[in-house]
Amino acid sequence: MTTQPSMNMINKKTLEIKDLNFYYGTFQGLKNINLDIQDKKVTAFIGPSGCGKSTLLRTFNRMYDLYPGQRAEGEILYHGSNILDPGQDVNMLRAKVGMVFQKPTPFPMSIYDNIAFGVRLYENLPKGEMDERVEWALNKAALWTEVKDKLNKSGLSLSGGQQQRLCIARGVAVKPDVLLLDEPTSALDPISTAKIEELISELKGDYTIAIVTHNMQQAARCSDYTAYMYLGELVEFGETDQIFMNPAKKDTQDYITGRFG
Amino acid sequence: MMTQNPNAQREAAFGKTLMATMRRQRVQDFLFHKITFIFALSVLLVLLGIIASLMIGAWPALKEFGLPFITSVEWDPVNDQYGAAIAIVGTLVTSFLALLIAFPISFGIALFLTEICPAWLKRPLGTAVELLAGVPSIIYGMWGLFVFAPLFSDYIQPALASTLGHLPVIGELFRGPQMGIGILAAGIILAVMIIPFIASVMRDVFEIVPPVLKESAYAMGCTKWEVVRKIVLPYTRIGVVGGVMLGLGRALGETMAITFVIGNAHKLSWSLFAAGNSIASTLANEFAEAETVLHVSSLFALGLILFLITFIVLSAAKLMLVGMSRKEGAK
Amino acid sequence: MSAENLSANLMQAASNNPVYRRRLLVHRVGIALSFLAMVLGLFFLGWILFTLIIKGVGAIGWNIFTQTTPAPGSEGGGLMNAIVGSLLMVGAATLISTPIGIFAGVYLAEYGEVSIFAKVTRFVTDIMLSAPSIVIGLFIYAIYVAQVKHFSGWAGSFAISLIAIPVVVRTTDNMLNLVPTSLREAAFALGAPRWRVATFVRLRAVKAGVITGVLLAVARISGETAPLLFTALNNQFYSSNMNAPMANLPVVIYQFAMSPYDNWRDLAWGGALLITFSVLALNILSRALFKQKNQH
Repeated sequence: MTTQPSMNMINKKTLEIKDLNFYYGTFQGLKNINLDIQDKKVTAFIGPSGCGKSTLLRTFNRMYDLYPGQRAEGEILYHGSNILDPGQDVNMLRAKVGMVFQKPTPFPMSIYDNIAFGVRLYENLPKGEMDERVEWALNKAALWTEVKDKLNKSGLSLSGGQQQRLCIARGVAVKPDVLLLDEPTSALDPISTAKIEELISELKGDYTIAIVTHNMQQAARCSDYTAYMYLGELVEFGETDQIFMNPAKKDTQDYITGRFG
Repeated sequence: MMTQNPNAQREAAFGKTLMATMRRQRVQDFLFHKITFIFALSVLLVLLGIIASLMIGAWPALKEFGLPFITSVEWDPVNDQYGAAIAIVGTLVTSFLALLIAFPISFGIALFLTEICPAWLKRPLGTAVELLAGVPSIIYGMWGLFVFAPLFSDYIQPALASTLGHLPVIGELFRGPQMGIGILAAGIILAVMIIPFIASVMRDVFEIVPPVLKESAYAMGCTKWEVVRKIVLPYTRIGVVGGVMLGLGRALGETMAITFVIGNAHKLSWSLFAAGNSIASTLANEFAEAETVLHVSSLFALGLILFLITFIVLSAAKLMLVGMSRKEGAK
Repeated sequence: MSAENLSANLMQAASNNPVYRRRLLVHRVGIALSFLAMVLGLFFLGWILFTLIIKGVGAIGWNIFTQTTPAPGSEGGGLMNAIVGSLLMVGAATLISTPIGIFAGVYLAEYGEVSIFAKVTRFVTDIMLSAPSIVIGLFIYAIYVAQVKHFSGWAGSFAISLIAIPVVVRTTDNMLNLVPTSLREAAFALGAPRWRVATFVRLRAVKAGVITGVLLAVARISGETAPLLFTALNNQFYSSNMNAPMANLPVVIYQFAMSPYDNWRDLAWGGALLITFSVLALNILSRALFKQKNQH
């Protein structure tokens, strides 16, 4: 039931989702999802509350593993291997597929340590190189100029928008392939939201980004591809311009024009 | 009067009863406040009463022996000479030993229950821990004397003496006759007793950590142990310390768990194998039969000292735990 | 097609990264230790309960409930007077501590946010929850037993009610604070006076929780020995006179356990079994009651 992008099939696919079904106990949260996430592009997931977009995002880094009773069936191929395979090393997966959450979650440590924390998990960098990496990550998140003089202050001392950018910097610092953003701006004020949307366009040159948003305008502004979901099913998927200006399905059009949800 | 219609009259009457009701309710509220206030006050009065009566009871001994009472190692009912040092040392040593042993185990249990335990096991195990926290302490004492002490003297004490007993400084702690009862035995029994209590408190503290914070760490590829060490622990540090101090407060005042095995000897010794005394066990053993004024009064003095120590420890614990729950409310 | 500079297989990447391998090892050791702690804790506690059952079950029989405590050196005997004494004292203590505890808890919940006095009282109550129970016994001795010059069941009841009161206050306070503000506001919006909102609305809403608190307090004081040592003392014979020394299970167990007589020690274990299982049953009952009421 999906519409593949009509052009540019020579784009590499970072994630290929095949026949994905997801269950919360006996309740089926995702039904037969088939979808490809294109490399170094922004893919947005939109749909009314409860449609499964966050659920889908959280399968990409096996976040659901933390909760017994939640299970996924099907395949998600990342660089050829199925990440849903129980033999897959989940921690290494998460090193390559990072996530930023709706609520900013700075760790209870200094700004510097927040960034260094993730890097230290995988690399033994001497102090000089670590400093560089921290600066690089904070620059990538457009936060460096604001915090360069207070790297030792607690991450919790920043404003909401700054904290979220800190979380993005933290995610970027470990040099992942993919960044998953789960409603990253819903908890922020409009100005911070605008800053982060700017950030997303800059980041997509280097990372594949999947973003869940309940704000359609945000999807239209920021993304290259958009997936519209409803009640656990992928209703339509295609290039953003096409979805918003000329959707193939009536359901999609109804949602976009605000006729429901 | 004749120009007023019946409606207005009715309204006036209604207004009057309304006023009366309002006044009555104000009186009722006032009484309610005062009555409940008195009951709450009584709790405070009891505390003050305890301190006051202990001081009054202790006065003769304090007057006779003065401040040296606290450091004196005399305890001689025959000659009516008393000092608190033996009992204080016994109380402190057994409690610290107990905490030393109980802390890692309680910590591990709390960690297991909150982070590692599979979901189907969580409720039954958690309930088991809480139920065990309610087992009367005299049971631990009896178990300690009849089951643990023989095993202790037959197997564990010889093992300790032959290994640690030969080390230069620590060796002193493991000298002497291996009777099964004594300071170390009492400390171990006490540890077993407070483990469920501390585990319960710590578990409550660990559950305050917001799940989103833990998910963030997992999302970076942290192992479960790393999430615990680097996120959960720093976040709950104050609460953990508070929980430990709460356990310490309980341990200090415990009577029945250790009276059976502490040996009731009024002697101070470096060895942990030796018999000793704690404040609570001294009181339990001697109060009913104490005859002279000085004896009774010295026992009161011991009680006063114990109460003050516990009060300070428990207050500190409470302040830390309150700080923890404020964090919960904040974010 | 995967990018060449990235490892295609995550499992390979995992085993090639030495930093990660060490982390994984630390993680496994840590989890194992935590599991070990749980097992160790459960082992000791299981051992204790097991001992209790083995040693105590032999002494349980009709004689426990029908015969009084035996004199030193005499055969057989039971614990009847001790059981009755404990029931009487725990009952009296419950009657004393429940109203005091509930009223004080209501005060704290109603005025606890505004009044410094309430905050101090709450703090003190929490301290008293863990205060040494033997000192409580000392206190009652000083202000009551020493004044009337004899030990008594009443003195014992007073002592253990002082231990029960903080439990009831704390639970009542906590329960009342769980009542949603919307409920209180709805009651006030109808014009109800403060005292009615506090009792008929708020207290009633958490009735089950408060009763749970009372049951937990009863469970707690049933097992207390130290406060009874110099208040109720003990009584070798049956007596229901609360104004005289009164036999009670915990003190009897204490005396009998340390004695040289076999039948005394057997009775001590039997009594210990009785107490422990009553306490556990009370705890389980109060939990079940609380959960059941909360389903509504």
